[in-house]
Amino acid sequence: MANLTNEEVFQDKVDQEIRIEPKDWMPEAYRQTLIRQISQHAHSEIIGMLPEGNWITRAPSLKRKAILLAKVQDEAGHGLYLYSAAETLGITRDQMYEQLHSGQAKYSSIFNYPTLTWADVGAIGWLVDGAAIMNQVPLCRNSYGPYARAMVRVCKEESFHQRQGFEILLTLSRGTEAQRNMAQDAINRWWWPSIMMFGPGDEASPHTAQSMRWKIKRFTNDELRQKFVDICAEQVKILGFTLPDEELKWNDASGHYDFGAIDWTEFNNVIRGNGPCNKQRLDARRKAWNDGAWVREAAMAHTEKRKNRMAAAEAAA
Amino acid sequence: MNTRDIEQSWPLWEVFIRSKQGLDHKHVGSLHAADAHMAIENARDVYTRRMEGVSIWVVESQHIHASNPDDAGSLYDPANDKVYRHPTFYNLPDELTHM
Repeated sequence: MANLTNEEVFQDKVDQEIRIEPKDWMPEAYRQTLIRQISQHAHSEIIGMLPEGNWITRAPSLKRKAILLAKVQDEAGHGLYLYSAAETLGITRDQMYEQLHSGQAKYSSIFNYPTLTWADVGAIGWLVDGAAIMNQVPLCRNSYGPYARAMVRVCKEESFHQRQGFEILLTLSRGTEAQRNMAQDAINRWWWPSIMMFGPGDEASPHTAQSMRWKIKRFTNDELRQKFVDICAEQVKILGFTLPDEELKWNDASGHYDFGAIDWTEFNNVIRGNGPCNKQRLDARRKAWNDGAWVREAAMAHTEKRKNRMAAAEAAA
Repeated sequence: MNTRDIEQSWPLWEVFIRSKQGLDHKHVGSLHAADAHMAIENARDVYTRRMEGVSIWVVESQHIHASNPDDAGSLYDPANDKVYRHPTFYNLPDELTHM
């Protein structure tokens, strides 16, 4: 044991499925990769509230409104679990906010698309949350303790998000022609961005091997994407709708669905900031942060005042 | 952009939740709040949206003292060679029952 380097001891723990905890030694690159990945995930949850928040006031019934409100509140909670996990790695909450607001940090590019109709809320639940769950379930077993524990919490709550989305689409599928068209249109717009959520293909994903050695990642992007396509290609039949891919076809030899080529130019464009809603999303976040500044300051001032009063009362007694 | 000094930020609190009467409070995560009252209300919203708790403890993170994992060897050494503290250490005849 005495001759092992810190790095070897660390990798040995990871190999044995022993979780790494905040005060344990870890390679700097592991720490930085986790900070980037967890904070990006947290930012995605927070930005992810915006497209759906757009429909809270216009949900078609009180029941749908209450459900959507609960879902958006969950997303706020997921962001907070993840920020607190990232903070255990030595970055502060304010540094992370700063990175988001300055545009330095990324978030999932899916949230830069607009929610044009009520059916979009259904499509987001089914496809976007479905893809997120596919990514997130393996993360419940990732090697960093606080992150894995946060993900267990997230996954427990995420399941209702996907089911409520599918139920919205199912209801629309049994509705009028206009409602069916609206649902199909939402699926057409959200399908490709959803399967892009798994990230670039394995050949274009240079960090995958290292992340898999560190057990921050358990499956490659393409493995998860294929699994998602296989599941959705079946589920869409229940809705009586179609996925917008003419090349989507069951392949007996591979035991999977074949699907068409992904337009990565669009993906890269949206990541670079040229998606339909990038500016709107960041502006909304910055505005919320700046408009809330006086509340944060007032709360601290109130705390100080009460502390001083209590100290004065104790001194007098 | 309006950025504040780190010193002015709301402090970090660790949250512990008792999931039902009779069980221990268990650490569930952390959050930021201006004071203990706000920390408990935020903990309710962040960590008990689905009836996960019947009681909440919050403590400012700066007040928690933790052992150092590098000291684990010497810290736990006194218990390491005392297998006789476990019932399985004692080899007793099979016909002995209720023990």
